[in-house]
Amino acid sequence: MGYRCVVCVKQVPDTKRLTGQAMKDDGTVNRAALPAVFNPEDLNALEAALAIRDRHAGTVTVISMGLPKASDVLREALFRGADRAILITDRRAAGSDTLATSYILSCAIRRLEPDIVLCGRQAIDGDTAQVGPQIAEKLGYTLVTYLEELLDLRGSTLRVRRNLGSGFEVVEAELPVLATVLDTANTPRPPAAKRLMKFKKARCRSEVEQAVSRELSEAGEDARATEVARRCLMLAERGLLIEQWNLDDVGADLTWCGFKGSPTNVHRVQSIVLAGGAYREYPPTDEGVGRLVRELIEDHTIG
Amino acid sequence: MIEVNRIGEVWVFAEQEKGALSEVPLELLGKGRELAETLGVPLAAVLLTAGDGEEMATRLGQDGADKVYLVEHDLLRQYQASTYARVIRELVQAHAPQVVLYGATAMGRDLAPTVASSLKCGLTADCTDLQIGDHTPPGSKELHRNLLLQIRPAFGGSIIATIVNYDRWPQMATVREGVMVMPQPDGQRRATLVRHAASFSGFRAPLRILESERREKKVNLKAARVIVAGGAGVGTRESFRLVWELANCLGGAVGASRAAIDLGFVDKDHQVGQTGTTVRPALYVACGISGAVQHRAGMEESAKILAINIDRSAPIFSVAHYGIVGDLRVVIPRLVRAIRGGARIEGLAEPLEGPGTPPREARG
Repeated sequence: MGYRCVVCVKQVPDTKRLTGQAMKDDGTVNRAALPAVFNPEDLNALEAALAIRDRHAGTVTVISMGLPKASDVLREALFRGADRAILITDRRAAGSDTLATSYILSCAIRRLEPDIVLCGRQAIDGDTAQVGPQIAEKLGYTLVTYLEELLDLRGSTLRVRRNLGSGFEVVEAELPVLATVLDTANTPRPPAAKRLMKFKKARCRSEVEQAVSRELSEAGEDARATEVARRCLMLAERGLLIEQWNLDDVGADLTWCGFKGSPTNVHRVQSIVLAGGAYREYPPTDEGVGRLVRELIEDHTIG
Repeated sequence: MIEVNRIGEVWVFAEQEKGALSEVPLELLGKGRELAETLGVPLAAVLLTAGDGEEMATRLGQDGADKVYLVEHDLLRQYQASTYARVIRELVQAHAPQVVLYGATAMGRDLAPTVASSLKCGLTADCTDLQIGDHTPPGSKELHRNLLLQIRPAFGGSIIATIVNYDRWPQMATVREGVMVMPQPDGQRRATLVRHAASFSGFRAPLRILESERREKKVNLKAARVIVAGGAGVGTRESFRLVWELANCLGGAVGASRAAIDLGFVDKDHQVGQTGTTVRPALYVACGISGAVQHRAGMEESAKILAINIDRSAPIFSVAHYGIVGDLRVVIPRLVRAIRGGARIEGLAEPLEGPGTPPREARG
């Protein structure tokens, strides 16, 4: 028995560290200076899934869509206790907006037939909070956003407390359910040392290919392909091959993927350049502060 | 999705709870009016409720709606994404609006993506501005006129992106609370009421709402004329009292940066910034707030900004009108003294009093 949980996770640039050297002199973002991290609320979603497995048995499968580098967050999820990790990566998925992304993820999730899908409420790079609700709509799963506490899970009934910011709601739904999880829902468990030792060597196929091209740059194409196959087989035997699915594997209709499948288009992007220096400075003395207060009173800002 | 429909209306989702309209649809009607006039099309509000919608419809008319689509059904008594999304999808398919706007509230951010997914149309989240403009896709010569330019901060607020949808409509966006100016209601204006009978045959609402509790925010930052906000630079929860004191003597509300909240100086209700409240008071005093982009996004529209910071290079000064470089533990008491001693300031007969200060008699 137990529940099959799928957790959607995303690798994001650490926008919280957008200060100092993360901004270039022209005011644009220096992406290279920003480390890529596990989207914070996705860790809460993972923890919620692991807690369900601890209590009721079952499985936790983590999926991520992105470049092969996104395997970092899948490894991190394996360190923390996930049973299975799947990377969805395909050049034809490039340029996907939230609608196309949720379509591709929903195709992948459908193959896993989970009882419960958990997502972080939102990702810190776009802050849109759209992909979770859209996956639910496409799968026909019941949507429960802003999960703060899982109150009860019995048979096929889930009861949770939602935090709406302006209040709370206790709701009950029949599985299958997709829930988006808040950062206040739990404290994610740290990576387990033993699992870290084991899964730090986990790789997806694209990563193996990159390593082989780097190490055997002189070798012919056939020799490299043979080496890739050999390494993947070795990893798979030790349970260290991160599954890698492309759009054909998930059965996605290309009309709804990538740029073509995305109704939203970027018209313009402006960096916020720090202007600076335009303010009027007052010294921190009684005299200076007094002058400032008088000015604020005179122009009717206060008083 | 629907086809591009140049004569389609501009719609605003009229968020309400228990028969009371939220503020955000009223803010959206102000902006919606402007967009509809530029496009030369009617502005409509979409009101879903269990009953008694007419009073709210009247208010929507006074605030600028030309038309109100009113859908009354018992299943709409309590909001849930699937029931509301179903009705809105039906309305969009029947009337083909060109623009649909929602507040970026807990409800709007739950509802709009569900509607967008079912219509297979685009949705831009958390817009801070909307305009009408033209767009030519890169690598194409085709000019798309009069599109909704959906302007939003992204990447933690360090860039401003403008998004358009030129082929798959309607053009939908959620709009941040507090960034659009509320219109002045006009008691004479009346909206045309269009009733729509929703078809719920064979439909069962998937969520059972067992408890629902509304919590009034302890602090109303949006209504405050003066906000005194503290950041990590305040240092301790103890010295955060200085922020309260200055707010009290100015009759203002207390705000805080995310950092100050994470440090436990003050409750989350006080948060100003991208993930908190967006404010535009007459005066914003930033005490010990370095001014990360996320914070500035929530306060830079304030009429006057006073920054007090020990670090001259803090980014907060880039949006400030007045600056004091110094230790706030020294500066704030001086400010409080200067404000309370207002009588000594030339031209002022009476000392200034805020609602938080004791009456003059009590001070002796």
